[in-house]
Amino acid sequence: MIRFLVSAAIAVSVALPAQVLADEVVVYSARNEHLIKPLFDRYTQQTGVEISYITDKEGPLLQRLKAEGKRTPADMLITVDAGNLWHAAESGVLASVDSPVLDANVPANLRDPQKRWFGLSERARTIVYSSERVTPADLSTYEDLADPKWQGRLCLRTSKKVYNQSLVATLIARHGEARAEEIVRGWVANLATAPFSNDTKTMEAVAAGQCDVAIVNTYYFGRLQKKDPSIGLALFWPNQDSSGVHINVSGAGITQHAKHRDAAVKLLEWLSSDEAQHDFAGLNMEYPVNPTVEPAELVAAWGTFKADELNVAEAGRLQADAIRLMDRAGYR
Amino acid sequence: MPGSLATGLDPRSVARGGQSPDRAWRWAARLLAVSVLVPLAVILGSWLHFDAEIWQHLGSTILPTLAANTAWLIVGVAIGSLLLGVPLAWLTAMCEFPGRRFLDWALMLPFALPAYVLAFVFVGVFDFSGPVQGGIRSLFGLPPAWSFEVRNTFGVVAVMTLVLYPYVYMLARVSFLGQGQSAYEAGRSLGLGPWAAFVRVSLPMARPGIIAGLSLALMEALADFGAVSVFNYDTFTTAIYKSWFGFFDLQSAAQLASILLTLVLVALVIERRFRDRARFVETGRGGRRRIPLSGGSALAAAVFGWGVLFAAFVAPVAQLLSWAWETRASLDARYFGLFVHTLSLGVMAGLLTVVAAFVLAYANRYHGDRSTAFSVRVGTLGYALPGSVLAVGVMLSLTWIDNRVADGLEWLTGRDVGLFLSGTVIALLMAYFARFLAVAYGPVESGLERIRPSVRDAARSLGAGQWETVWRVYLPMLRPGLLTALLLVLVDVMKEMPATLLLRPFGWDTLAVRIYELTSEGEWERAALPAVALLLVGLVPVILLVRRSAR
Repeated sequence: MIRFLVSAAIAVSVALPAQVLADEVVVYSARNEHLIKPLFDRYTQQTGVEISYITDKEGPLLQRLKAEGKRTPADMLITVDAGNLWHAAESGVLASVDSPVLDANVPANLRDPQKRWFGLSERARTIVYSSERVTPADLSTYEDLADPKWQGRLCLRTSKKVYNQSLVATLIARHGEARAEEIVRGWVANLATAPFSNDTKTMEAVAAGQCDVAIVNTYYFGRLQKKDPSIGLALFWPNQDSSGVHINVSGAGITQHAKHRDAAVKLLEWLSSDEAQHDFAGLNMEYPVNPTVEPAELVAAWGTFKADELNVAEAGRLQADAIRLMDRAGYR
Repeated sequence: MPGSLATGLDPRSVARGGQSPDRAWRWAARLLAVSVLVPLAVILGSWLHFDAEIWQHLGSTILPTLAANTAWLIVGVAIGSLLLGVPLAWLTAMCEFPGRRFLDWALMLPFALPAYVLAFVFVGVFDFSGPVQGGIRSLFGLPPAWSFEVRNTFGVVAVMTLVLYPYVYMLARVSFLGQGQSAYEAGRSLGLGPWAAFVRVSLPMARPGIIAGLSLALMEALADFGAVSVFNYDTFTTAIYKSWFGFFDLQSAAQLASILLTLVLVALVIERRFRDRARFVETGRGGRRRIPLSGGSALAAAVFGWGVLFAAFVAPVAQLLSWAWETRASLDARYFGLFVHTLSLGVMAGLLTVVAAFVLAYANRYHGDRSTAFSVRVGTLGYALPGSVLAVGVMLSLTWIDNRVADGLEWLTGRDVGLFLSGTVIALLMAYFARFLAVAYGPVESGLERIRPSVRDAARSLGAGQWETVWRVYLPMLRPGLLTALLLVLVDVMKEMPATLLLRPFGWDTLAVRIYELTSEGEWERAALPAVALLLVGLVPVILLVRRSAR
């Protein structure tokens, strides 16, 4: 009897994983469901490949991937921000992918030099200003926002958000720690009020007159603009004579222990293709990484700019230094 | 002390029957504690590795501010939720005034509102760019720069108090209801005024309930990350998340979390010491006549109750509804699945946890030894950890077990069978259990403490067996406490976010997951729709259970 039960249990547990579909890709995603699901649905419709996914923050997802080890069900990790991608690669959960398609579709500074992850959408973190109280001629660079002429006129989002950590990381890469800290201290001295919890609130403060300039991601601006086209705010592209506008990516990699590696690589290639890029970026009003694809109309209307060409992986490497620096400078 | 208080009784001394039931209860308690201890041990295990650099950095930059902020938060929420929770519980349980019947259950409603949602509504309405300050500026012709700051200690404490006072209210209310009128009236007949009778008789008798509610409120305030981050108010959890998400150092994050855990443990042990000096038991139901309030005091009671209800529930929900109305187009068929998942997870976890809490509390009161007391302490610690940290503890321990089992099977059969625990509903239920056992334990235990031990003797001497006593005597007497526990866990589970996100099986999205999806990218207005849906699901059990527990 006991022997029968044991062998039955083993038989059942051996049989269970056989249910795993051959045409399936499993995704762990830190990019929100409503930004990926429409694309997944389309892909499934076109190819018949089923995509299952769960969404969570990067930290817990990465921890889960690590803990599951070689038995993880995940084939692909999608996440936001170069720092997170860099860290996922560093912790060894992502496998390197050699794909001529990806190499052609994703510019070199928006992917891992060792090809463990690839950017899929690009976002610019730029300056937004009150079109009523500021003339664009007064604005020039991120560094200039540390100048005392902006005292009491600057609003910032919290330093706990990874976007600001990446921005400061690139300042470190460019100027060295001492100068970068000087700049951040200047920002903090110019703050009109305590840092906000998100970009939208930060811009609303500018619009309401609590401050005159702020640093935000363009798609948050796009969202506000869509809601209220007459909002008294405008974008400014800083550092055009020097480093260029700070950019960041959302991106994806194939896991080290992917069970459906080929199918997952195909999906990744598709996401970087002309066909998918317009929507992948457009759903969130970001810029496509694929240079042959035009951004959405509203996004294109903000004009073109010179982008920072530093490899975004640098921001990941220097993220911890950036956080320490901001803590020292009293930037909450 | 008034004669109606029986002090110094040890309920264990009256039940030294056979040894075997003792042992069964104790083992059950140990088993329950172990299932909480394992994930906690994973967190505590972080001390095996020590990164001095991060500690030095945090210590020299942000930790002093964080410690001060956390202390202010705790003190503020303690004062606030006592000032709201206890008087409101007294008024609705013991007095009669216009609107009392409605307020009785309506005052629990704010509990169904997640703290981070109220925080967002509060900041949205009261901050510089919100309608209130804008309205004041234009109404009084004030200069455009005129403002007052709300994203500060005061604002955080106000929001947390409004969300967390229901813990104190609900548990104090159960205590007051259990007292009946007789103790208070005995006090009055011995010459005490109404106020003195309340302070010197009713309040001390309700203390276990009040303290249990307060501990839950404070543990949640300590472990909160969502609401404080809306205010960008840095507390101890900020350092935990900074270590984890910023420095990608889960070890240091877990170490910081275990400090939090130790603080809570110390506080609980101290409280227990004080409480052990005096035991209060119910003196029988006695009269159920309420104290009628009239004139000014009736008006004051009604205004107080309605005022709290308005600030904590009516106003924020009105704002949520107006946002939800704007985004009503996104209400689709998928919401049905979200409803079902949310509710079924809540019910499963609620029943599991309340049964476990009863076993733990009963074992500790009548069959306990030192190991049982220890089991209780361990079993109720999960709530003091930030949700994500505990969720990772559960996830790490489950995948570890999973991997070992799979290794074994692979060795036996030569096939890799994959993981079977992680990624199932079982994993999720384990996490809820570990986190919310404390929530269920509080009301059950304080209910049990008010049942005099002689009840058990009476049942036994009338020939009732071990199980019959539990089933026919204790469970009915404990009903208000059990129902409160079930309600608390049910609603807490439905609001729960980090563990649900990390451990849910594919496709098992809940309303809280939906809220996360939208809020994580700052789309708070769009999150109002799932937030309102969550509120509606939460209302059903609140109304059902409260109506039953109010006799």
